[in-house]
Amino acid sequence: MNARVATEIDIRTEGEFARESYLSEHTVRSWLLTTDHKRIGILYLFTILIFFAIASVAAAMMRIELLHPTGGLMTSETYNKLFTIHGTLMVWFFLIPSIPAVLGNFVLPMMIGARDVAFPKLNLTSWYLFVFGGAFATWSLIRGGVDTGWTFYTPYSTTYANSHVISMAAGVFIAGFSTIITGMNFIVTTHKMRAPGLTWFRLPLFVWSLYATSLIMVLATPVLAMTLGLISLERIWGVGIFDPNLGGDPILFQHMFWFYSHPAVYIMILPGMGVVSELIPCFSRKPIFGYPWVGCASMAIAILGFLVWGHHMFVSSQSVYAGMIFSVLSFLVAVPSGVKVFNWTATLHKGSIHFTTPMLYALGFIGLFVIGGLTGLFLAALSVDVHVHDTYFIIAHFHYIMVGGMVTGFMGGLHYWWPKITGRLYPEIWGKLAALTTFLGFNLTFFPLFILGYLGQPRRYHVYPPEFQIFHVLSTAGASILGVGYVMPLIYFIWSAKHGRAAGPNPWRATGLEWQTSSPPPKHNFKETPVVTGKPYDYSAEKDVDLDLANL
Amino acid sequence: METTTHPPKTYWKTCGALMLLLALTWTIGYADLGLFNLILALVIAITKALLVALFFMHIKSSSRLLRLAATVGVIWLLIMLSLTLSDYFTRGWVPLNH
Amino acid sequence: MEATASLNERTEPTQSLVARQFDDLEQQRGAAELGMWIFLATEVLFFGGLFLAYTVFRSLYPRDFAAASHHTIVLIGGMNTAILLFSSTLMALAVRAAELRNQTTLIRLLLATAFFGIVFMVLKGIEYYKDWTDHLVPVLNFDWHSPNPGPAQIFFWLYFAMTGLHAIHITVGIFVMLTLALMARTGKFTTGNYTPIEIAGLYWHFVDIVWIFLFPLLYLAGHR
Repeated sequence: MNARVATEIDIRTEGEFARESYLSEHTVRSWLLTTDHKRIGILYLFTILIFFAIASVAAAMMRIELLHPTGGLMTSETYNKLFTIHGTLMVWFFLIPSIPAVLGNFVLPMMIGARDVAFPKLNLTSWYLFVFGGAFATWSLIRGGVDTGWTFYTPYSTTYANSHVISMAAGVFIAGFSTIITGMNFIVTTHKMRAPGLTWFRLPLFVWSLYATSLIMVLATPVLAMTLGLISLERIWGVGIFDPNLGGDPILFQHMFWFYSHPAVYIMILPGMGVVSELIPCFSRKPIFGYPWVGCASMAIAILGFLVWGHHMFVSSQSVYAGMIFSVLSFLVAVPSGVKVFNWTATLHKGSIHFTTPMLYALGFIGLFVIGGLTGLFLAALSVDVHVHDTYFIIAHFHYIMVGGMVTGFMGGLHYWWPKITGRLYPEIWGKLAALTTFLGFNLTFFPLFILGYLGQPRRYHVYPPEFQIFHVLSTAGASILGVGYVMPLIYFIWSAKHGRAAGPNPWRATGLEWQTSSPPPKHNFKETPVVTGKPYDYSAEKDVDLDLANL
Repeated sequence: METTTHPPKTYWKTCGALMLLLALTWTIGYADLGLFNLILALVIAITKALLVALFFMHIKSSSRLLRLAATVGVIWLLIMLSLTLSDYFTRGWVPLNH
Repeated sequence: MEATASLNERTEPTQSLVARQFDDLEQQRGAAELGMWIFLATEVLFFGGLFLAYTVFRSLYPRDFAAASHHTIVLIGGMNTAILLFSSTLMALAVRAAELRNQTTLIRLLLATAFFGIVFMVLKGIEYYKDWTDHLVPVLNFDWHSPNPGPAQIFFWLYFAMTGLHAIHITVGIFVMLTLALMARTGKFTTGNYTPIEIAGLYWHFVDIVWIFLFPLLYLAGHR
């Protein structure tokens, strides 16, 4: 797209902030009743940070408990509740809304040259539903928590658990509707609100990935809602549709749950891939390699994601023939994922690479995602899965995807768009330091878990054979470093929102439409609707640009 | 004036066809045709649903996009049913000769 | 939905019907229609969970399901099917009346649609009452003649879950129709923007389609 316009109006003065922007109004009412997609994105940001904090504390307590093989700090029941809190809150109240509802809400309409999403009031409703669902989840925690694990497996959740399953299920149920509304809004917005000239194959790849994510959100989440509803009703009335003694079948629950939850793990990676697809070309100063392949790979991952759920059930009483089908289909997901990785690395090839903070996160994403993705293939193989099923190997695998992938992508995106969101620059040196700290801390936390899992330590136990202690100590040490890596951005982001230097409309000299408006953007994004005349990622390496914010 | 809705005659014809199909499925319901009871009942139900979608919901005159949106939920439901049944029907639990 | 909600400051008569984020009425209508169809796709999968459970258990227990289905009241189920099909026809006509800007006809048809929805609910209520006196309500008063009541109880649990969820949808639909009928008195939908009527119609037809499948699956499975 046209980058020239943006550079010509590049003004970096404090005077910029006197201008009217979406942040101009300061009343509480103006925030709670806003229908501005940018403000709703920020409301989401604060909300998910609260849940991230609670879930992180739970993780920290688990890691401290695991320092010693006899687990003397807490009872098994408390430990069960901690990993359930960690899983439930991280999945539904942090990861799923993280990139889509925060960054997606903020930039999607701007990226396609729209004044807002298609249904701004529903967008606000979605946030309120999320808060309402979160309140139910918190209520469940205050009353004593849930100990079923985030998967709510029967018969434990329906019959035996003495914890507050129903209020937690209600919380997730309600938050699910907020997800559905966000997904519906994004799909309609992408279809109907694009600026003149912005054809599908001119869309930024982040929009493609959000579209694919939204598809999963609207098609998978209703099944989760029904499943949780059935679990709750079973708990109340015990009709027995999941109870073999009464003619039911617990495996039916697993089918229904994973029909949602497997696609849902792609809600927790596709948006991260989309962010990386923005960062790599911008900081390599090259158009992305194989644009249509990257865009279509998002769609392929979203669709294939619905055909593979049975690989979570290889050691349940699922038929072995179904297991074979699901195993083969699971391998297929590697194809579009590989396409993406190859295209990112091909984009880097001979690019003019700038090691800015967002780029460090993007490069970290690629490495960690490759490890997470390839270990996923181990798990898709029936026989290997029987060996490592429900061990720390699984834990390590999905944390490489969800934390190494999604959270890294989220951090990269947050740094990349922070100048757009606040109009101010964060301190680049601290940013780089934090990016490296999280990368090191993350690997130290989770790589030992692969070894532990392969050696046979099952997940969800807080006592273990003494010879495993060294790996747990390493992991806990890594988690402490990781914690520091997450607290640092929190501090400098808050500092920079007030004291950072003015960013100007386009500090990265990036080509997306969102960079063609001022920072922070005006209430309705653009002074006049932009017209798109060319391909996205129109970068050229010849330009001698300095993107290091520390030098600006 | 050009309209996107159909003339009333179309709606009444559709209504008549739906009522006839209802009478048909109701009648067949009392006959013993073995497995064909289920098959016919589903075929008739799908036909009725198609009539409602095509004429009442204007899918017949809708854009490709709306047709796609209308189909996608059904396709995904079929994915869920067929892959789940691929498990149940190969477990040896389902009495296939009833 | 959004379509009529926020009127903006622009003064042209048709422009005043267009919400801030849209360029024109056509874009706004297209967005509302697409949004509604996507919502209906989520509804298909929401009901889909129950249809999946039904399919699995009917495959596992075909005889018990046939025997249990024999105890449903096929006359009421069939009458209710006819009532919903008829009300759907009226709803389709209501959308046409709105498009042709015929306010009186629109209001009458909306009220008639809601009326048949209420008749449906009354009949459904009678049927539930009968199920109660026949001891067919799972857990609360289930009394089954065979020694293994589990599968039959699962059938009736699914029967109540599916028809109950459907009844909730009908109830919502009745309120939507009545509200729209009230709002239509101001001429809101007969001045060029009939999108709310149209998407309410889509909802009503969808609820009708769900029943089209529930009738043979629940009522006709055991009457041969």
